[in-house]
Amino acid sequence: MRYVDEYRDADKARALAASIASLCEPGRQYKFMEVCGGHTHTIYKHGLEDYLPENVTLVHGPGCPVCVIPMGRVDDTIHIAEQDDVIMTSFGDMMRVPGGRGSFFDSKAAGADIRMVYSPLDALKIARQNPDKKIVFMAIGFETTAPSTAMTVLRAKAEGLTNFSIFCNHVTILPAIKAILDSPDLRLDGFIGPGHVSTVIGCRPYDFIAREYGKPLVVAGFEPLDILQSIHMLLSQLAEGRSEVENQYGRVVPWEGNLTALKVINETMELRPYFEWRGLGFISHSALKVRDTFAAFDAERIFEIPGSRVADPKACQCGEVLKGVLKPWECKVFGTACTPETPIGTCMVSSEGACAAYYNFGRFTRERVQEATRG
Amino acid sequence: MCLGIPGEIVEILPDQPDLAKVDVSGVRRNINIGLITDDDPQPGDWILIHVGFALSKIDEAEAKAAMDFLEGIGQAYADEIEALMESRIE
Repeated sequence: MRYVDEYRDADKARALAASIASLCEPGRQYKFMEVCGGHTHTIYKHGLEDYLPENVTLVHGPGCPVCVIPMGRVDDTIHIAEQDDVIMTSFGDMMRVPGGRGSFFDSKAAGADIRMVYSPLDALKIARQNPDKKIVFMAIGFETTAPSTAMTVLRAKAEGLTNFSIFCNHVTILPAIKAILDSPDLRLDGFIGPGHVSTVIGCRPYDFIAREYGKPLVVAGFEPLDILQSIHMLLSQLAEGRSEVENQYGRVVPWEGNLTALKVINETMELRPYFEWRGLGFISHSALKVRDTFAAFDAERIFEIPGSRVADPKACQCGEVLKGVLKPWECKVFGTACTPETPIGTCMVSSEGACAAYYNFGRFTRERVQEATRG
Repeated sequence: MCLGIPGEIVEILPDQPDLAKVDVSGVRRNINIGLITDDDPQPGDWILIHVGFALSKIDEAEAKAAMDFLEGIGQAYADEIEALMESRIE
């Protein structure tokens, strides 16, 4: 409980925990998925699982945008970066992600011009400053990030830039949740819905989870009390035989989302027929591509893309971790061959990945489990 | 890059109304406010920032709560602020 005791609202958390316990039916097992990597961080940082009754389990979902990019797309990005006069730009989180031919850092060391940027607008600035170069932004992220890319493309068009394009790898969260619900590997009782994605898409798009699958979903904030309160709301729904979408994070997430953000995404991008996700495989209509009307800003039309397919390393079980089937510490290479310093899989690279969160905050738990198994 | 970080609008740039100078943990950088123009952002307002764009207006209490969360997660936040310090959005 040492993490919990450090938390300033420990008393409130204990009171909520007692109420959570009272909502659980004795003998019934509850499994809730937190979709977002930020929530995973809170859960491990504050040891929230220690607050929950033994029959309530939290499993981690696919909500880490770096983690779900397949190795082939890393290789394709490096391929573009190696073309004449190209400056590839990327968020820092992607730089260490291993592809089949190494990471962006490896490629940079070998001579490719790959630069880290904080914002796609920083990539746009590089394009303005280098009119004789072709600047490509490797765009990743869920609906939280897609509006930023969309706004940047609109800006590039308005400025008449002809040397800026995006390599679009934006994914959408709902088809991934649906794929997990359709998978026979895992039986879930409800979802802790993502906070920032919902700021953009709102709460309404989750309706099908409640209506068609009969599972409750509560959009949650990132504070420890937010997560505990969301679990309380999920258990209340189950106790009352309800399955609804509820918004615990109303102080930030409007029910309808950010309409401007949705409009600019829709103006510049459209759904792909299918897209490969690491661990989850090909999922229909689960990613975005640049619309025809913005073809001049689409790296996939400007450059020849190999369309690399690379199988994950055999030892890596990121796929199972992303689907919530395995806990990070159940992976064979967790913390031994695969660490944040020498990652094998994406879940250990990104600070939002479940494995990195576990590694940084959860070793205590893992050691305890090891001791228990030994003893 | 997946973090939402709170910042306080210091001024709207007079020549570029889509951009605002924003204070994030004492660092002042330009942030694009084009996604929240319907909310009429003004100096003194707190916003949630993601990769150089304001995603929503928030109140000061939420900004403080968000900052507590970020300071608690350690390296990921340090990386984000370091990246933001390198940023020069125009």
